[in-house]
Amino acid sequence: MSAPLQPLVTVADTAAVGSGVSDGIVFWTLGPLMVLAALGLLFAPKAVHAALSMAVVMVSLGGVYVALQAPFLGMVQVFVYTGAVMMLFLFVLMLVGVDSSDSLVETIRGQRVAGGLAAAGFLAFVLVALGRTTFDAPVGLAAVNADGNITGIAALIFSRYVWAFEMTAALLVVAVLGAMVLAHRERTGERATQRSISENRLRRGQRMTPLPPPGVFARHNAVDTPALLPDGSPSELSVSRVLAARGQTAPTTELVTAVPAIQADMDPEGRGSRTAARVREDGRNGAPRTGGAAVNTVDTVQTDAAPPEQGH
Amino acid sequence: MDLINWVYLSVVLFTIGAATVLIRRNAIVVFMGVELMLNAANLAFVAFAQMNGDLTGQTVALFVMLVAAAEVVIGLAIIMAIFRARRSASVDDANLLKY
Repeated sequence: MSAPLQPLVTVADTAAVGSGVSDGIVFWTLGPLMVLAALGLLFAPKAVHAALSMAVVMVSLGGVYVALQAPFLGMVQVFVYTGAVMMLFLFVLMLVGVDSSDSLVETIRGQRVAGGLAAAGFLAFVLVALGRTTFDAPVGLAAVNADGNITGIAALIFSRYVWAFEMTAALLVVAVLGAMVLAHRERTGERATQRSISENRLRRGQRMTPLPPPGVFARHNAVDTPALLPDGSPSELSVSRVLAARGQTAPTTELVTAVPAIQADMDPEGRGSRTAARVREDGRNGAPRTGGAAVNTVDTVQTDAAPPEQGH
Repeated sequence: MDLINWVYLSVVLFTIGAATVLIRRNAIVVFMGVELMLNAANLAFVAFAQMNGDLTGQTVALFVMLVAAAEVVIGLAIIMAIFRARRSASVDDANLLKY
């Protein structure tokens, strides 16, 4: 037996039947945790929180199976449920929308109360029925697990339940095909090409040229900095709509007012100081504009608008 | 500790799963309630396997896991298809068969 498996098997073996100490510890730690997480699934308003609670229940169940002398099932529980099934749930949550929460409108009146009552009634019914039942002394799996838990399960699967096992293979194939059919979407319209997109744009009178890129300044090099228009006002088109909606667009005023300092750094003799002052003035009284070409460096302004006697 | 406690725990988990199916509206959360019920049944199977000293319970629990995996694939694909058609993951909005 390989070394990493050793502790697992000893846990399963020492979980003595009926009076096991480790059994009780596992029950009183993982049991309340599982019930709390299940209640989280029931009451969490956000679907993501419900999914995370569900993951807690599933991982805890894996530990419970190991304590109940079913180490193979414990491993399969962690692999299949928390590994595959919960990931699938989270993927679908991401596709459907993480913030999709329950509507509070009841389409059937009193459905919540009725559902809660039905669940409570079921719980009371089964608990009373269980309490009135007597069970024989537990036998335990030490004898059947003598050759190993996996060997015992395999002996059952490949002898008495081999037909059911084959049917699950067929079931899984059908499930895969069904998922492919359900997820497939037929293309009804024609595929949009670059040409058709540009023609549509022209027909609707939308903007024809590419959007202006965000401003890149000597002291601030990031996409959240808007480009400056020729009059010094920031161009809203140059910043991503997402950033603008979140209010994460960087202010440009301090960048514009920093122009003299930047130019002084680059040009210690002060040749560009007049142009810098001019840019600053325009930036202050220029109204925000959304159209037009973006001129995002001070140098362009300088070459366009510098007086000829500066000789540069 | 009595092994029957595990069965009690399984009943409690099953009830919470059933209440989730009955009360919640988000189709994905409802689906997770179904998964919780399947897991609770598995827990009962494993507990009874140890009680009776028979591995059949564990084998059946394994089959339940396999069927649950197939069911999750199809169920989530259906939820995705409905979401694409109706832009909603609420079970109240899938009412085309009403009347």
